[in-house]
Amino acid sequence: MKQHIRTASMDRREFVARLMAACPQALVISGLGSPSYDLFAAGDRPENFYLWGAMGGAAAMGLGLALAQPQRSVLVITGDGEQLMGLGALATIGAQQPNNLSIVVLDNGHFGETGMQASHSSLGTSLAAVARGCGIRQVTEISELGATAVLAATVNARQACALAQVHVRAEELPRALPPRDGVHVKNRFRAALGLPTF
Amino acid sequence: MFRMPGTPMSSGAFMPIRRCAPLVLTTEEEGVATCCGAWLGGQRSALLMQSSGVGNCTNMLSLIQNCRFPFLTLITMRGEWAEFNPWQTPMGRATQGSLELMGITVLRVSKADEVAETVRAGLDAAFESGEPVAVLLSQSLIGRKKWNQTQ
Repeated sequence: MKQHIRTASMDRREFVARLMAACPQALVISGLGSPSYDLFAAGDRPENFYLWGAMGGAAAMGLGLALAQPQRSVLVITGDGEQLMGLGALATIGAQQPNNLSIVVLDNGHFGETGMQASHSSLGTSLAAVARGCGIRQVTEISELGATAVLAATVNARQACALAQVHVRAEELPRALPPRDGVHVKNRFRAALGLPTF
Repeated sequence: MFRMPGTPMSSGAFMPIRRCAPLVLTTEEEGVATCCGAWLGGQRSALLMQSSGVGNCTNMLSLIQNCRFPFLTLITMRGEWAEFNPWQTPMGRATQGSLELMGITVLRVSKADEVAETVRAGLDAAFESGEPVAVLLSQSLIGRKKWNQTQ
């Protein structure tokens, strides 16, 4: 297997912390593994829904949420491995184009949770190209912390369905573990929207 | 309402849903996650698929069990009645068992005049009681697929 040389140096925790600070109103869904730890490390809040499983489902879940809450910015923060498992969802999102949905793929090119094996993103797949091919309107690649402000403006503006492939450093950081009681996380998320438990 | 392409639909079955916004999926497990996201945001939905798609959903159904999301799926059966294509049979046989193994309550309908009432019962169980429910629509309700004609 030919592995692309990766030179990404961006700190994922710092990136997510800056993004969350700039998008205080967003409803957020995080993909399992490191993105859920990154989101929790940036500050727990009821409008965060942390996935601990359901791999491949983060973007599709964000789509459902974005369609249900068109007046709110919906932000999906996931990793390259999780998104690779749900590539079809990008086509479904491309067909719907909800203006209030932004997907941020923290791409370290590796399956971090299972021992840092190289992912397809290191082996030739361009997630940004896939997203463009699916018709997602605003696709960007980010490799500098300075780009957070522009991305946050996109999230907050709700003017175009967006996907950002964010190149981050492949490293194992200390885990920051969000609550893993799904019922609790679901109920407090709905309560924050003024919705009953069911 | 989230739907896989090729799933036959009966208009009568959807009368309880006042306003439907159909959304087409590439694979069934996407629909499980999308239904959960919609409900997280306060919207009800139902996932329509064929029995062969149930196998694609298995791990994604852990989202429903873990978070106790209300869930309704309507499934048209293949591989169980006058089937022509043997490739439909293994998953057709495993459909109900797979759903039940993942904690989904299964309601089955084989008579046309019981479809609407069973779907209503599924809707109530899902959204009044917060239960995950699958309504299996027997292949006999759909009839024989015509293999010698353009669909």
